[in-house]
Amino acid sequence: MTSTAPKKRLTTSAMIASFADPGQRTTSAPFGHALNRLAEQRPEVVGLSADLAKYTDMHVFRDAHPERFFQMGMAEQSLLGTAAGMAEVGLVPFASTYSVFATRRAYDFLCLDIAEPNLNVNVVGALPGLTTGYGPSHQATEDLAILRGCPNLTIVDPCDSVDIEQAVPALADAPGPTYLRLLRGAVPTVLDEYDYRFQLGKAAELRTGRDVVLISTGLMTMRALQAAARLEADSVDVAVLHVPTIKPLDTEAILRAARTDRLVVTLENHTVVGGLAESVASTLAFAGAGTRVVPIALPDEFLAAGALPTLHDRYGLSTDAVVARVKAELGGSAEHHPPTAWPADPTPATV
Amino acid sequence: MTSLSTPQTARATDDRAERIERIRQAAYRIRRNALDMGKVQGQGYIGQALGVADVLAVVYADQLRFRPEDPHWPDRDRFLLSIGHYAIALYAALAEAGTIPAEELETYGSDDSRLPMSAMASYTPGVEISGGSLGHGLPVATGMALGLRHQGNGARVYNLLSDGELDEGSTWEAALACAHHGLDNVTAIVDVNALQADGPTAGVLRTEPVTDKWRAFGWHALRVDGNDVPALVDAFDELRAHRGSPSVLICDTRIGCGVPLLETREKAHFMRVEEHEWQTARDQLQGGLDR
Repeated sequence: MTSTAPKKRLTTSAMIASFADPGQRTTSAPFGHALNRLAEQRPEVVGLSADLAKYTDMHVFRDAHPERFFQMGMAEQSLLGTAAGMAEVGLVPFASTYSVFATRRAYDFLCLDIAEPNLNVNVVGALPGLTTGYGPSHQATEDLAILRGCPNLTIVDPCDSVDIEQAVPALADAPGPTYLRLLRGAVPTVLDEYDYRFQLGKAAELRTGRDVVLISTGLMTMRALQAAARLEADSVDVAVLHVPTIKPLDTEAILRAARTDRLVVTLENHTVVGGLAESVASTLAFAGAGTRVVPIALPDEFLAAGALPTLHDRYGLSTDAVVARVKAELGGSAEHHPPTAWPADPTPATV
Repeated sequence: MTSLSTPQTARATDDRAERIERIRQAAYRIRRNALDMGKVQGQGYIGQALGVADVLAVVYADQLRFRPEDPHWPDRDRFLLSIGHYAIALYAALAEAGTIPAEELETYGSDDSRLPMSAMASYTPGVEISGGSLGHGLPVATGMALGLRHQGNGARVYNLLSDGELDEGSTWEAALACAHHGLDNVTAIVDVNALQADGPTAGVLRTEPVTDKWRAFGWHALRVDGNDVPALVDAFDELRAHRGSPSVLICDTRIGCGVPLLETREKAHFMRVEEHEWQTARDQLQGGLDR
């Protein structure tokens, strides 16, 4: 019997693995450096973390401005309550932890201490959606669903380092509370190749196309752009509308993009429940538009642990998966709508 | 026997007596305000309000630096009520302090009133935070104290919490943070009335020994009879002078204190008072002041 070389496996990545493609251009710790630049202009900016400064790029600020950084320990309720108190006396806090802890664990404090008094507290959540292979304890797959119902809160899901660098001063300028889905570490740099500037509350059309419009947020805009380029090679003309602000949503831009006979696809690094797909769908329904929406999102389930590339493939977020899904939708029928899977008449409920 | 008092200490004694009498009068008016508000609703947290009235009288009539006409004065001491249901007591104290007009108290809990049943900062001048969800006061106090110290502002931050609030983990998260950061501009006041929504604190979730717990968390802790005005004054004076760590005053209070009719009633978190009893309650309160 001959010995075979051990099969190469992707292993569960470290908790904070980068999702950048091999060889992709990246920028190191864009949030921390952007916060430093902001801090030089605005003395009231302070930083806090709950024993995760090092893993939320807050350490860059901590090292540059030690007297303006406050370590709160592994205590997220105290982190957000303290940030509220600091804003009450006129400071502009950026408070960082993982998204799962900011939302699931400390929501009452975000809601009542920060959002209800409409304070300028900027909550920075790392590992949003599926950006760690560590399993459900650290995968904030439903953070947008939790937070979208919170009044006063501005929610930003940046695509890359460019978005983060430009969003940080905009978040501080916004008078009320904000939540930033942080991409940390070696963050891909993508949007500098486009005629783009981050504007809070505004969507941006990054490319035009006649056949398909991809409405995307967060890191899925990067995948949308890659998918669009691949589909172009197959003579499919794909537009990309980047929606970095989830709330308040740029409904005008979404209606403009989706009131169309193009295939409308949403892409998000979040569960299909309560995120971008449902925001776009409700925007269309509330406006009386009957456009069908194809959601590319994480399934409504607790996700597996594993290596990020494996998981992004499995759950449909990889560029390959996006391309395949769009082709399937286009190839399924010449007419994109109405969806063939729906029964013409729902079966009446039995008594 | 000759008096050992020098003229100065005699004056100090007189000053102290006058100070205590002034607080006692304020406590009486806070209780009377609370009874007036309770009558509007016919029920409510009147027992707690009467119990905590002496503490609030010392805070507002003696300890707190504030400007009633300018509730947002940046150098004011902050008083944070994290127990939102004690709003009836806080409004009574704010009326006594001149921050809100006494005649407004009759709107308590009514539609469109600035005085909702649970205290909220956006409704009422002088209310610093929105309470109600318990365990929020001390974390927010931590942030205010850190921020004020960072800004070089010498104002102090007081947080009145209940013994029931010691059930909340966030209270202890913040207790750690205050001690870790050496926030000697924080004074926590724990109203130990030994009663929670579901019954006596000892049966709901045991929190004693309360003083030992705070000391173990690194706080300078004192415990007094929260209905003994001279003892409260001495304790607050000592805590104000303390440096290097946060301070906590644990106050054992009697639900319904000052109105025997309600003091002796079966202890209830939410007390029902019959229409004809309000006048009796007022009379008993007045009688206590005159004694």
